[in-house]
Amino acid sequence: MTDWDGRRWHDMGGQAAGPVPMESHDFALWEKRVDALMVLCGQKGLFTVDGLRRALEDMGEEAFETYSYYERWIAAVNQNLIEAGVYATEELAARMAEIAARGPTYGEAQDG
Amino acid sequence: MPHDHPDHDHDHHDHDHDHDHGPFHHEGMSPSGHPYRHDNDSPLTYWQRMEIAVRELLIDKGRITAAEIANQIEAMDARSPTNGAAVVARAWTDPAFKARLLHDASAASREMGFDIGPLNLIAVENTADTHNLIVCTLCSCYPRNLLGLPPDWYKTRAYRTRAVREPRAVLREFGLDLPANTTVRVHDSTADMRYLVLPARPAGTDTLTERELAALVTRDSMIGTGLPLRP
Repeated sequence: MTDWDGRRWHDMGGQAAGPVPMESHDFALWEKRVDALMVLCGQKGLFTVDGLRRALEDMGEEAFETYSYYERWIAAVNQNLIEAGVYATEELAARMAEIAARGPTYGEAQDG
Repeated sequence: MPHDHPDHDHDHHDHDHDHDHGPFHHEGMSPSGHPYRHDNDSPLTYWQRMEIAVRELLIDKGRITAAEIANQIEAMDARSPTNGAAVVARAWTDPAFKARLLHDASAASREMGFDIGPLNLIAVENTADTHNLIVCTLCSCYPRNLLGLPPDWYKTRAYRTRAVREPRAVLREFGLDLPANTTVRVHDSTADMRYLVLPARPAGTDTLTERELAALVTRDSMIGTGLPLRP
């Protein structure tokens, strides 16, 4: 027997937790782009919000605690696009390496 | 905190090296009155590289255009709690509209010209004896088409877990101490079903115009973590 209650980590309603951190921030351009990519991929039928959710949930609790919201979103968008055959893992890796060579900041690297 | 952004730097005011092309320019202050973050000149992260790569691959393969991305960002930036506030103020001044809003909030919002997309939107009405609160315990579902993107706290573990367990305690953290005899209803959103709180019209507002009323409607009053401003 285990103590597992049958719920996955993301199904957290009703658990105990500390005070609500009253923080917020205005989104950076790269975060807005991730949001836009998700909306557009959905509109174009490349994957659904359920596909995004499934990838986010499969990342597990440690990813939730470690990475920011849109960091997890771009990982989930990427996973769904690879699964859909839009591009291959090797293409992603090659492009990311190329981008790293463009410059040390987002501003310098953001447009090829 | 899971959503902490330690690279946030309010003191680094330099807007001029945004190399974004197209109609979207993020300059000056945000709708919430904060300076925009300036990640564009902080060290490039792994996830930012992934965003650039995914975006470029989608464009290269003809799946999405750069203009579509810019237009989508512009459309999302244009969404703010003032949209929801206009809907609430209309409901406060037009009983027939209010009835339509409570019957089908998506249709009533579209009637006012707001793009609701495929969202199923439900308006829940605060009354003299009932207060409504919205949450998404599973993730971050939010009436984004009417209110813009959710605040960070809405997506935190603390809010998601506790809003359904001890809503009165959570509301007190937001400065809202409800009488013990007020019924609290908590609505758990899903990807397919989003909620909007229709707050109660404040007393002493009989002479205000619809536009003046809308100015009293805060974001938090439409989430349920606050009440409208008083005139």
